[in-house]
Amino acid sequence: MIPLSWYLILAAALFSVGLFGVLARKNAIAILLGVELMLNAVNINLVAFWRYGSLASIAGQVFAIIVFAVAAAEVAVGLGLVISVYRRRNTVVADELDLMKW
Amino acid sequence: MTAIQIIFILSALVILGAAVMVVSTKNLVHAALYLVATLFGVAVLFALLDATFLTVVQVVVYIGAIAILFIFAIMLTRREMRDQGEQLNGGWGAAALIGLLTFGGLFLLLGNWRGFGATAAALPSGFDGVVELGTALVSTDAFVLPFEVASVLLLAALIGAVYVAGTKK
Repeated sequence: MIPLSWYLILAAALFSVGLFGVLARKNAIAILLGVELMLNAVNINLVAFWRYGSLASIAGQVFAIIVFAVAAAEVAVGLGLVISVYRRRNTVVADELDLMKW
Repeated sequence: MTAIQIIFILSALVILGAAVMVVSTKNLVHAALYLVATLFGVAVLFALLDATFLTVVQVVVYIGAIAILFIFAIMLTRREMRDQGEQLNGGWGAAALIGLLTFGGLFLLLGNWRGFGATAAALPSGFDGVVELGTALVSTDAFVLPFEVASVLLLAALIGAVYVAGTKK
């Protein structure tokens, strides 16, 4: 049997890799890829806590489904914004999107 | 070492290796395909955790919809962002440090928690996770309100995405 610690360590590592991607990538779409990695790490944790905690309360899985829905919404709006910005400014590099910087 | 543990270790290696490639590869289309590999690994973990419905949703929604959406967006914006050239910004060293510190902090925090080495209880006979989940999602004393709010959120995001990305005359 797999101890809970394996899942938690894997999810922590996946979250850290995603965090690095969000902070270090130049391309706005690559930043969204990093966000997806972080959301998946959270989902692993939620489902693992459901399985290793009380099976009767299904809240962990329900929360994971809500995270799925939020991730889908985030990707739809995020990629829509990226494409809109690309049309107007012809760039997807996050550093060059400084219109609102003062 | 049991077969389950070997499956876990293999999928963990796939997840972490592909995740590192997602954040480090220069070619964005390859990054999106590595993301698909990561998502498949996570689906395997869901299957190991007896979350059957989430396994299917992970493959159908995450890989089938979200990853494909990423590939479309990458192809639509490809001209500007060449495959060659630096893909990481100047602060990537600090970003790597923050990532390592986050992992170390989480590891220390979890290591001191007494539930860290817990093992799972066997599934009771006749336990059907899909039935439990479906009942919980639509029963009024459980999660029907968050479920409906999530659908409204999806609708709002859909309309917002069409409005933001659409061409204006």
